Amino acid sequence: MNELALKELLYKMADDQLILGHRNSEWTGFGPLLEEDIAFSSMAQDKIGQSHALYSILHSLGEQEPDTIAFTRHADQFHNCLLTELPNGEYDFSLIRHFLYDTAEIIRFDMLTQSSFKPVAELAVKVRAELRYHTLHANTWVKQLGSATEESISRLQHSLEYALPYALGIFEESPYEKELIAEGIFGGEQALKEKWKTKVEEVINQTQLQLPDWKTMQPILGGRKGKHSEHLQPLLDEMSEVFNIDPTAEW
Amino acid sequence: MQTISKEKIYSWLEEVKDPEIPVLSLVDLGVITGVGIEDETVHIEMTPTFVGCPAMDMMKQEVIEVLNKHGVENVSVNISFKEPWSSDKISAKGRQALKQFGLAPPPPGNLFTDIDILEHAQCPRCNGSNTDLKNPFGPTLCRSIHYCNDCKEAFEQFKPL
Ligand SMILES: [Zn+2]
Repeated sequence: MNELALKELLYKMADDQLILGHRNSEWTGFGPLLEEDIAFSSMAQDKIGQSHALYSILHSLGEQEPDTIAFTRHADQFHNCLLTELPNGEYDFSLIRHFLYDTAEIIRFDMLTQSSFKPVAELAVKVRAELRYHTLHANTWVKQLGSATEESISRLQHSLEYALPYALGIFEESPYEKELIAEGIFGGEQALKEKWKTKVEEVINQTQLQLPDWKTMQPILGGRKGKHSEHLQPLLDEMSEVFNIDPTAEW
Repeated sequence: MQTISKEKIYSWLEEVKDPEIPVLSLVDLGVITGVGIEDETVHIEMTPTFVGCPAMDMMKQEVIEVLNKHGVENVSVNISFKEPWSSDKISAKGRQALKQFGLAPPPPGNLFTDIDILEHAQCPRCNGSNTDLKNPFGPTLCRSIHYCNDCKEAFEQFKPL
């Protein structure tokens, strides 16, 4: 088993879940509806728990303790895609990001249920089941608000156009794509991206939103290689501040 | 240590309850996936309901304490996803306990391929299904919120997973 390839995959997945989980948790107390407040808080708890499980697998492969990995690295050591670190902005952006990201994530974990690396395949079965609630939530609201009022449609449309190039950054290729595919660890970013596009189209086509031509979109890359926006380090500082107040607290 | 049977261990573990649903034991919840006895040590296999379940460490600790209390000094608890939890693992007794607690038991997980089954959960009060899904996310990770149009009251369901 190519361990470097495997670790690279696990780091980026875990970092995505941790960072977006943290962003979701920022909605606690600020959701547009109490229901949404609860939904984003629950999804945050799921995602942070899932990141912890992935960091635990990394730990079993010789990396540091999960909390150490999560809370003591600098921004340029994180492999999350830029989409996950962008500030929450208005609800419409958070919703669109949630939709674009979770649609990719559930397909990624679905592919990983077939992984030749057993601990990941076992965890993936579990995470895939949990993520169904996340995509159910995202699809429901995108369909509802994407066909509701002129204002909700135009807000979502604007956020969709803004978020899509970042969303394409989810699939920034790893230096180990060939190895991952050849060894049956993961089916690869290209395959994932194609499935994702189909699913995104399927949901958006049920709304009054317009999906721009994929060919005109320029992916915004860098996150997978540690090149982040100015938004990540402040998020990490805040996250580790909480951790440093009480390093024994349960996450 | 005199010989203990697995059945005995399971019966002791009945004393450990889900901290969020105090009428439901861990055994009935289905998170105990294996019990092994080897020399002086009892090995317990556990799996979380949800990956981010915040109560897992607490449950693990209680498993150890209860077994210690019954004279088992060496207890090892291993948490894994080898046999992942699903809501189908809740026993018949557990489902009954949930209902008495006022929580609708989860419908069979294989039906969950169709998301619509969440839309019309069975009301634990009147058993009717004239209900609406209010929020797939409830006060804890394992509960969703529903509304019964007949009882005119909200209720929670233990989520199928
Ligand atoms: Zn009723």
